[in-house]
Amino acid sequence: MSKKSKRNKSAREIPAATAPAAATAPAPAKSVSRKGLFVGAAIVLIVAFVVATLLYTSEKQESSRQLVQQNVEALASAHSPAKGPPDARVHIVEFLDPACETCADFYPEVKKLMAEHPGAIRVSMRHVPFHKGSEHVVRILEAARGQDLYWQTLEALFAAQDRWTINHAVHVDQVWPALRGVGLDQERVGREMNGADIATRMERDMADAKALNVTKTPEFFVNGRPLPRFGLKELRDLVNDEVRKPARGPGS
Amino acid sequence: MSTRAADIAWGLVFAGWLVAAASTLGALFFSEVMELPPCVLCWYQRIFMFPLVLVLPLGLFPFDAKVARYALPLAAGGWLVALYHLLLVAGWIPERAGPCVQGVPCSELQVQWLGFVNIPLLSFVAFSTLAALLVAAHFRSAR
Repeated sequence: MSKKSKRNKSAREIPAATAPAAATAPAPAKSVSRKGLFVGAAIVLIVAFVVATLLYTSEKQESSRQLVQQNVEALASAHSPAKGPPDARVHIVEFLDPACETCADFYPEVKKLMAEHPGAIRVSMRHVPFHKGSEHVVRILEAARGQDLYWQTLEALFAAQDRWTINHAVHVDQVWPALRGVGLDQERVGREMNGADIATRMERDMADAKALNVTKTPEFFVNGRPLPRFGLKELRDLVNDEVRKPARGPGS
Repeated sequence: MSTRAADIAWGLVFAGWLVAAASTLGALFFSEVMELPPCVLCWYQRIFMFPLVLVLPLGLFPFDAKVARYALPLAAGGWLVALYHLLLVAGWIPERAGPCVQGVPCSELQVQWLGFVNIPLLSFVAFSTLAALLVAAHFRSAR
């Protein structure tokens, strides 16, 4: 079959070659129009993609802004561990998972932001253990608050994250070795981590994350404003913008 | 092959390219813009679909009557994976028989329109259309 079509094709080309002026003239024209059709279609497809992307992202930004406005109480974090003066001008509410790599990457950046604007930033941590087995680690973190060692525990966990989170799954038996230097009373943590108040706080965090459509970590809300797009630059810009705003009442 | 038949065959392959390009951009829209993580089966379907965007134009300029020879295997492979995915989503194949151990379960539907249109169905329709267009182009060219 393929041979036949080849023969047919060459048969078609022979008269064209023998009568150059008359027969070849329409051929390039057709080829040009085909190319035009192809390029035109490619441009239409790409433009459609770009327009859809712009529409989708602007709509998504708008809806997440509205979602926050409708769920302001979901950003409340009186029950959450916080750092920085309570009346700080900028209040960052971070939703984080201790087993999330990006959260570990962003943690020093948030600290850097706080150092750049001393006294102007307060950070509250909400826990959303999306990773498998991460709930156990959040329980330890919550229990560490009872010993005033929350931030030390979090930093130790992030520093050794690759040893207890392997392939996005928490290896529970590897968590305690990572916390050896923190000075936690392990027995007390073990006693308290399954307490009802911790369970309530964890449920609250998860329910609020759901209300705010937090599906990925870390997620930041700066004075109630979501990031326009996920990224370190976006976070820095948003924080700088809020720091520069004229002073107002106590942070939301 | 008459000029008319060649024109029709060219048009069919071009239509196939439109399907492949639209599917590729659609898949990229789902993963990069809507940020829906593709499951393992989606990745296999992408492996069959994405090359067609580049391979089909090579058969269009200049027109190669044998384009189906190298484009159809990709379309057929993608069609099989899409069929498997569709059956998995429909529940005809139990999930544990699926290759999804980690990450996004392939049986989970992330998008659903009109109650029945989902991404695996779109993929299946796209691969079926592609295969049909290439087969039609093949027979047109052979005539």
